[in-house]
This record gives sequence, structure tokens and C-alpha cells, in this order.
Amino acid sequence: MKGVRLQDITKTFGKVHGVKELNIDIQPGEFFTFLGPSGCGKTTTLRMIAGFYYPTDGKIFFDERDVTRLQPNKRDIGMVFQNYALFPHMTVNENIAFGLEVRKFSKQAISEKVDEVRGLVRLEQYGERKINELSGGQQQRVALARALVIKPDILLLDEPLSNLDAKLREETRIEIKRLQAELGVTTVYVTHDQTEAMAMSDRIMVMENGYVQQIGTPQEIYNRPVNRFVSSFIGESNTLEMTVMSIDGEKVIVRNEHGVKLSGLLSNSSPLAPMNKGETIHVSIRPESILQGDGENTLTGEITFVEFTGLSVNYSVKVPGVTLKVMIINTGGKLLQIGDSIQLSIPSRSLYFLGE
Amino acid sequence: MKKQPFQSSQDSLWARITRSPSFIYVLISPLFLILFGYVIFPFYQSFIQSFGSETGLNNYKKFFSLESTANLEALWTSVYISVISVITCAIVGVLMAFLLERYDFPGRRVLSILVLVPMALPPLVGVLSFTFLYGESGIIPRGIQHLFNLEQVPFKLKGVWGVIVVHTFTMYTYFYLTASAAIKGLDPSLEEAATNLGASRLRIWRKVILPMLTPSIVAAALLVFMISMASYTAPLIFGVERTMTMQIYLSRTNGNLDMAATQSTILSFVSISFLIIMRWYQNKRNYQNLSKGISVHRSEVKSKAMKVVSIVLSVAGVIILLLPILTLILISLSVDGTWTTQVLPPAYTFDHYISLFTDERTWRPIWNSLQMGFVATLGNIIFGVAAAYAMVRLNFKGKTLLDILIMVPWALPGTVVAVNLIAAFSEENIFAFNQVLIGTFWILPLAYFIRHLPLVFRSTSASLMQMDQSIEEASRSLGAGWWMTFRKIVLPLTLTGILAGTLLAFVQSIGEFVASILIYSTSTMPLSVAIFQKMYAFKFGTACAYGVLQIVLILIVLTISERLSKGTAGSAI
Ligand SMILES: Nc1ncnc2c1ncn2[C@@H]1O[C@H](COP(=O)(O)OP(=O)(O)OP(=O)(O)O)[C@@H](O)[C@H]1O
Ligand SMILES: [Mg+2]
Repeated sequence: MKGVRLQDITKTFGKVHGVKELNIDIQPGEFFTFLGPSGCGKTTTLRMIAGFYYPTDGKIFFDERDVTRLQPNKRDIGMVFQNYALFPHMTVNENIAFGLEVRKFSKQAISEKVDEVRGLVRLEQYGERKINELSGGQQQRVALARALVIKPDILLLDEPLSNLDAKLREETRIEIKRLQAELGVTTVYVTHDQTEAMAMSDRIMVMENGYVQQIGTPQEIYNRPVNRFVSSFIGESNTLEMTVMSIDGEKVIVRNEHGVKLSGLLSNSSPLAPMNKGETIHVSIRPESILQGDGENTLTGEITFVEFTGLSVNYSVKVPGVTLKVMIINTGGKLLQIGDSIQLSIPSRSLYFLGE
Repeated sequence: MKKQPFQSSQDSLWARITRSPSFIYVLISPLFLILFGYVIFPFYQSFIQSFGSETGLNNYKKFFSLESTANLEALWTSVYISVISVITCAIVGVLMAFLLERYDFPGRRVLSILVLVPMALPPLVGVLSFTFLYGESGIIPRGIQHLFNLEQVPFKLKGVWGVIVVHTFTMYTYFYLTASAAIKGLDPSLEEAATNLGASRLRIWRKVILPMLTPSIVAAALLVFMISMASYTAPLIFGVERTMTMQIYLSRTNGNLDMAATQSTILSFVSISFLIIMRWYQNKRNYQNLSKGISVHRSEVKSKAMKVVSIVLSVAGVIILLLPILTLILISLSVDGTWTTQVLPPAYTFDHYISLFTDERTWRPIWNSLQMGFVATLGNIIFGVAAAYAMVRLNFKGKTLLDILIMVPWALPGTVVAVNLIAAFSEENIFAFNQVLIGTFWILPLAYFIRHLPLVFRSTSASLMQMDQSIEEASRSLGAGWWMTFRKIVLPLTLTGILAGTLLAFVQSIGEFVASILIYSTSTMPLSVAIFQKMYAFKFGTACAYGVLQIVLILIVLTISERLSKGTAGSAI
């Protein structure tokens, strides 16, 4: 188990820049996720850790050891590829045993370890199968077993679930998390699925366009996004442009140009937000934090859209100057219709102040 | 977990060298060196020689002079034969493709297998069987003469038309293969849409079908033209002296090496131009994506009369396709020297086959060819696999150059390759390790190596391209070094591709005649030259037994390749 540290990492491909000025410190045993839209540089970063790309600038450390230019086969890394990259001419056992053979273990030891790890990923019956005789989910587990059997210092997973269907995805997600917790291996996980990232990670790094936007625990990322990109990329959010009217101790009053006034807490603001009187800022409000009925920050609006999902009722509510997405947990109450008026309240702790 | 000791040697000199961006050029330099030494350098030597010792442009003036027009006539005849060959091959090939892909009639299955038989005929053997069948004293003309008690044979295959008929028989397959692939890819709903819009049958053909087939037809036409220009065996056997290849051969045998070099330079110019046009065209043409799952529906031939016609035609087709091989088998069983004026050989024996393997003198050429083919193919494997890997997996400047340099020897006529080799290796030089290669064992393997350079390269790069690069990366991240990854992952996964190309290169080497006849040495006479000499010594039985042996070899190889390509399709994920 080792920590991974990226220091001022930049990678350019010719003129295209892949990632820029990356600084990450991954703790030993941590489950760390790179999250971001397509093309933001997740795979590029992962491949630099694996040694398939060398950074244009900066250094990579495993614990204290500088591995920036170490060859991929000297890194003791387990990697699971997006398309699994199983060796099609080998059986399940041979695939799993490959890394052990490279490390010159005895036949006896190899067969014991292979059996053990096959149990771990629940493929006991499948040792002699050919790769093309396995389902997608099974192949995925062989890939995992192959990466884990060498007891890697670091486990890298590049969108390992993207080829699975929805149900299998959830199962495998739990499986990977279980294995990781059991083995305690430092894990770097790449995904563009934010639910996956939230559910599995100790910490998440949100990337866009080659730059790091935010690094933090899932709660921090969700509840305290640093900027508009993070707040809108992670979960759903209403982002309102407003002006700071007054700051009185903890209490902040903001209003929009149509006179909608809200009050929030100064501690709920991103370090990047210019919290001064008269400044224009953005306020992020999660749809599920808006309540129906009387309370703090009461607003009245007209319903322009209704969607019933079973778990919840989603409304779009038009208030002066903006349309809010509102999610009300379904408790069997009466469904409002388009055109109905609705009273909403927003607890002041649910307002989060952002800069750009 | 095995821990490497802390590596302070991480930046050792070797590590730094191998990581440097220019190290890749060290890796690929042997490839370029080989191409330079055995393709460019001989070519250049021949080019230099074409100017003669002191005469400057004299040879070229002579070539184009209007006083002795032999050379110009030869150029004209070559072009003329090639153009007609393209036309006849196109007609036969495309029609066959349409018939077999679009219509269902009795005998279609047999015919669609036999239609590829000409590919199994080595060039020399194929031409020989045609002269046995349709030549002056051929079985068919004489049979008809006897049957109807005619004064003379009613027809005979000879001269330019003989060459064209043989070309048509052996080369229509290029049109057939490309056209039938294109027809398979034609979406029938296009035609249905056109019919639906009220277009007549003829209009559909002109406006829909032909335009869609054009790319494949043009590609095949360029190829057939190039091969016809290079054709040597058919003019030789049918006695057409005024073709480019024959002129080169005659200049060489008359000892006029400068003129041979001039003629071959001019012929290479034509061939390479065509190669360039072909590549340009292939890049330009947009491959229509073959829509999946749509199988062209075959219309059934329904009316009684048409059924009879189609049966007669397929029987005729089967007979025409099979006759050359049957004839070879028949004559291989005849007693040498007994077949004179009869329609069929009068006396039969199995001795030729036995003596192939027991008589030292007849076994010798087989053994020579096996040895030389083996050496050449070994070279092809090493070069082809390395070049394919470099081409598909590495990034370096000069990729296109490498690609073209590998294709050039394939486009060059065998006659030209031979003349180039003579020009380069009649004296000692560094690429021959300071030996004279002409007259030794090594010159023919070298010629075979050069002529079949692209075969292993192409089949290997095709299977490499199918192999996902992340499979190699997986192996690396599991701790395997480059060499181990290559050995345990890349090789096994591309083995079928390598093997397919290898087998092809090997049989082609065994049957190679065109370059062999110009540069063989009597101590290592190859199989094809032996066949040629036996023919001229009227030992038809032995010659044909050799030929049948070659065909059997080719059929074995084709079957194995077919199996191999099916095998990979199944195991690829
Ligand atoms: N080998 C390469 N050559 C040139 N550009 C590259 C290369 N690899 C990546 N890039 C570029 O670098 C940027 C980041 O790519 P990367 O593959 O890391 O994205 P990603 O976050 O993994 O996206 P996805 O979710 O689609 O996999 C992209 O703009 C991409 O075009
Ligand atoms: Mg990616």
C-alpha cells in the first residue's frame, strides 16, 4: 500500500494540452476518484500514474520514491482497463496467473494464489473457461482478479463499469468497494458517472478541461462546491445570479434584479466567492433542499412543469426572474398541476454562495 | 509482493538512451537499411547501368528511336495486351460476380467454389496447361479435328491472343473478388428504392449499380493492368517476343546488359506510376460501409428454358475451370516421349511421381526450391513482423516512406527485380558482405525475399491492427517487459496472420519463375526452371508431375489459410 503524489504535472500532446498543473496527494489505502466530463484528462492522468505516458512536466512519487520516468512494468501496479484487455488466447486461470509468472513464483504458489483470488471475485467455477465464453460481468471480474492477484501497491481502474448494464453495474460497484475495503489497497478510480463517484470514493477530484476544479470528500464536493462547474456537474442544482445586499455577522442577504430576496449563512460560501456588499455572486440551491409550505425564505410561484418519478415529485416553479427546480419527496400527497400556485421555503443553511 | 530495490540507477545511461525520443530511429534503422540495400540500391545500380559505360543517354535514344522500332513496338504491344486483358478480365469477372451473388441456379454452389481455381495455378504451370489444351497440338483442337475429320486443326491458341486468353483466365479473379465484395455490400433497398421511384432495370444499372461498383472495378483494373505489364511467362511460352518483359529477357540473354537495364528502368517507371495511382485512388475512394445483416437476396432462375440454359452454362463453366488441372494430371501420368500426334497421350505410368522423390536428378530441383524458399521466407517473417510492428505500434517520421518502399518491390515486374539484382550484385559490395552474389546459392533467396516482401508484412499488420493496444499495456502493467509481452501476448495473438502470410510467401517462392529464369545458377536450379527445361526436352510427364506437386502444395496452403482466418474470427473478442 503506497501513497501517490503528483507534483505540478502537465501533459501536452503536440499542441493539444491533456492536463495542466496537477497537484494531487493520494493517501495510502485511499479510494480516490477522478471525475469529470469526457475529454477532461482523467485517462491521461491515470496513464501517467501507470507509466504509459511520461509527463511533459512535473514529478510523480509513490510514497517517497520518484517514479516519474519508471517503466510501466517496474511499478507494481494493478490496472483494470475500460475494455478489460484480457488476453483472448488464454483461459481465466492463465490470465490471472500471468502477473505471477512474470514475478517468477513457483507453480505451486501460483495455483494457490490464483484459486484464492478467483474465490475473492466469485469465479470459482470458471478457471478453465476461455475468455470469450464469459459474460461481460464475469470478464470484468477476471480483469479485477488479474490486477489484484499480484498484490499491487496501487490499483488503477479506468471506467471499469462503463461496459456493463445498469443492474450489473450496481452489483459490481458494491463488489469493487468490498474488495478494496477488504484489501486496503490504494485505489485510483476513473469515472464520469457522479453517482458512482459519490457512492464509492473516500475523496473525489473533479476535473474540467485539463484542470483540477476541486478535491474533496463526496460531502464536501456535493455540499460545498467551489465553483459553478462543480455545483452543476455534481447532482442537480439551481444556480441564481444575485447581488449581496448586506452582511451582518453570519447572516447574508442577497437579492436578484426582480426583487427576490433570500437570506443565507456566511459560512456557507466558497472561498472563491467575493462576499462583499454590492458584489454579484451565484447562489446554488439543491432542488431537494427546497421545501413546500411556510418557513425561512418563503417564495410563491407558478408551476410550469410536473414530473412524477415515484420516489419524488419534480416541479419547475416560476418565481420572479428565475425558474426553480424543486424536488418534493413523494409521501402520497396531492399532485399539483401546471398553472397551480405553490408556496416554497428555502432553509437559510441550504443556500451556498459561489463565485464564477 | 516483490519489491524492487530502490533504484538509484533509474537514470543510468542505457535507460536514458532508450527513453530518448530519437531512440525509436535506432530501432527502425535496420528496416530502412534492408530496404535501402536490397531495393533502392539495386534499383539505383540498374539505373546507372542503363546509361551505359560512356554513352550517356544513348540507350534511351535507341529505345525510342524510330529506325529500329523493336523496343517501341514492345512497349506498344505490352500496353495493348494489358488494356485488352483489363477489358476481358473485367467482363468475365464482374459478370461472374453478378451471376453468383445475385442469382440462384442449379450448379451455383459448385461454380462459386471453382471460380477461384485459377488462383491455385502457378503462372508457368497454368500457361503450360493451356498450351497442352488449346495450343497448336493441343487436346481440344486436335480432338475436334479428329472428330470431324478436318484437314487442319480448327483453331489454336497462339501469339498475342494466346497471351490475352491466359491473362483472362488467370486474372479475372481480381475483378471477381473485388466486385463480389462490393455487390455483397450493396444495400438491396437502394435498388428497391430506385424501382419504387419508377426507374427501369437498365436505368437502375446505369445510375445505381454501376456507380456503386466503380471504385472496386477501378482498383481491380489498375491491378490487372500492372500485372499484365509485368507478365512474362505467357509471352515466353506463346512466343510473343515484342513485349517489354521479353525484350528485357532477350537483351539479358544476348549479353546486352546496359540495354536490359534501360528497358527495365522504363518498365519500372510504368509500374511505379501505376502503384502510385493505385494508392492515391485507394486513399481517395471512400469505402462504403457494408451495412451489417443485410444479405443480398438472390433471385431464383424460374422459367424452364432459363433453367436449362443456366445448367448448360454452369456445366461449361465447371469444365473450363477444371480442364487445366485435369489436363496436368492426365499428362503427368503419361510416358515421356510417347505423345506425338495423338489426341490424348497413348501410354500411362505412375513413375514420374515416384521418381520425383526417388530419383536424385528430379528430386534435386524440388529440394533446391524448398531450401531457397525456406531461407527467403525466414527473411520475410523477420522483416515482415518487425516492419508491421513498427508500422502499427510505433510513431516515427517516415512511416509513409516505409510503407511505399515495402510495396515497391511487389509492384516491380519479376524481370525488373532480376535485372536490378544483376546490376547490383555482379560485383562485390557491402550489402553482399563483399561477395559476388550472382551465381551463388544466395541470389535466388534474395530475389524471392524481395519479391514477396509485402506478404508477411501485410497479413501481420492486419492482425496487429485488430489487436487492441490495451492488451499489451495490460501485460506491461502486470510486470512483463517489452520482450516478454511480445513473446507471450503479441506473437500468439498475431500468429495466424503471420502464418497466413508466411505460407503464401513460401508457396510463391517455390513457384517463382520470372526472376528465377534470369538469375538461377545451374548448381541450384529451382523447380520452376526445371519444369521449363523438361518441357523443352519434351519430358511432358515429368514437367506436369512437378506442376501437380506445386498445385497440391498451393491447395494445402489455401486450405490452411482459410481455416486460420476462420479460427481468428472466432477467438477475437
Ligand atoms: N495520445 C493522445 N494524443 C493526442 N491527444 C490526446 C491523446 N490522449 C489524450 N489526448 C487529448 O487529451 C485530452 C484528455 O483526454 P483523456 O483521454 O485523458 O480524457 P478523459 O477524461 O479520459 O475522457 P473520456 O471520459 O472520454 O475517456 C483530450 O482532449 C484528448 O483529445
Ligand atoms: Mg478516458
